[in-house]
Amino acid sequence: MNRTPLQFFGDPLPDVDLGELQGKLIVIEGPDAVGRSTQVARLRVWLEESGHAVLDTGMARSALAGKGIQQAKDGNTFGPVTMTLFYATDFADRLENEIIPALRAGFVVLTDRYIFSIIARAIARGEDRRWIENVAGFALVPHVVYYLRAGVPDLVARVVFGRGQFDYWESGMDLGMAKDMYDSFVKYQAKLIRALDSMSERYGFVTIDASRAPDAIFADLQRSIAQFFSDIKLPPAPRPRRGVSAAAVQAPSRRAPGRRTATPAAQAGMSVR
Amino acid sequence: MPLSTLQPNRYKGKLIIVEGIDGSGKSTQLSLLAQYLRSQGTPVAFSAWNSSPLVKETTRRGKKKEMFTPTTFSLIHATDFADRLERYILPMMKAGAVVCADRYAFTAYARDVVRGVSREWVRNLYRFAVRPNLSFYFRVPLEVAIGRILGGRDAIKYYEAGMDLGLSRNIVESFRLFQGRILEEYDAMAEEMGFHIIDASGSIEKQQKQMREIVNRELGACLGPPPGGGPPPGVAPSGRTVGVPAR
Repeated sequence: MNRTPLQFFGDPLPDVDLGELQGKLIVIEGPDAVGRSTQVARLRVWLEESGHAVLDTGMARSALAGKGIQQAKDGNTFGPVTMTLFYATDFADRLENEIIPALRAGFVVLTDRYIFSIIARAIARGEDRRWIENVAGFALVPHVVYYLRAGVPDLVARVVFGRGQFDYWESGMDLGMAKDMYDSFVKYQAKLIRALDSMSERYGFVTIDASRAPDAIFADLQRSIAQFFSDIKLPPAPRPRRGVSAAAVQAPSRRAPGRRTATPAAQAGMSVR
Repeated sequence: MPLSTLQPNRYKGKLIIVEGIDGSGKSTQLSLLAQYLRSQGTPVAFSAWNSSPLVKETTRRGKKKEMFTPTTFSLIHATDFADRLERYILPMMKAGAVVCADRYAFTAYARDVVRGVSREWVRNLYRFAVRPNLSFYFRVPLEVAIGRILGGRDAIKYYEAGMDLGLSRNIVESFRLFQGRILEEYDAMAEEMGFHIIDASGSIEKQQKQMREIVNRELGACLGPPPGGGPPPGVAPSGRTVGVPAR
């Protein structure tokens, strides 16, 4: 598996000159309701204040397929393979028409989810892992993938206190695992977390404990991202609190394989690519 | 990658597919075959390339605004195919119908590769597809096909002519070059994919006779009314046609 940033994981896209790419590609991954978009929004502001141009992008936002995906979701008529491929189409459109041009222009690309969510959803629906990994092989290797990881009870709490209702697709109702959205959400998100965990080592995710307050997560992300920019000054280190050391940035569960700590020392080793 | 990467057909129903370049006459031949099968009491379902109601709108937008790259063109057609497979072809095969598909994954194998997509990638992409029981390849000299297309329909469309490849600024010339390359791809995979090759420059009647002979020889035992008799009283033995015929 290719691990050099801004190379293709697998078969290359036609007509792309990788030599022209010079920006940074930063991925925020994680299950539904874990707080990814909040972090992306804050990171964008922070990076722009530091003088970096930022493109932020996320699933189902492509000019080509975004609308079609929404319509299919509204009709609840998505078969699992169809869903996987529709999202892959959406991703390819954004990669070729937004992400790559932005990288060529030297932008920092912040992406809310990447191929890993597409792969995780396919795995959760019983699709062949090798099939979808191969399909998604045209993706570029990111500089870093932050995996915001929290347990299902944390996600449930965020749905209940945050948006106030369960979503049909976030609950994986199409899988027919349970009759109501709560039961289904619990089972489905556990499946997604397992699938993301299973990719963690292979794709070198940097796992961040996202069961904590947004400020703490943001501080960890800032500290880690600063490594990629010589001109960004690290924010002052947080005062150590009981039970939370710098090593709080790590998988909260023993189940997460290949977890990486994002302590400054570990990061220095990982980010010099 | 061998044909065996497609999924074996474990269902009661059978799958018959036709392939060939535009103007090879494959759609005409497939409708005649479907007609014949129905007249024998065989339950028939029909599915055309690029006809999923779920995906149609997206494909239409992409084509109209010329938004496609080789990769997104390939992926949206695979999405369309997956939707038809999951929602129509598989259930119909489970129910015991003979499914007639106008174009199949092989169309993508040929076209997308000509567009510059990796051969291995596109074959993996369609790995979820069911292997057809019978595949017909309507082989026709390029000039014959072009004569039929130019004589028959109105304007050739942008993507049909492969204009996105920039082979020529003249649409007819681009069409000629593009279809010529697709023809080469079909020829190259014919043996590997087990295509029954029909000489599509012959008369319509002769081709249809040949097609029916092969179908009877290969699938004879599976044809005719399903066990328990034909359609219920008052229901005409007709297969539903989904979408518009592929071009």
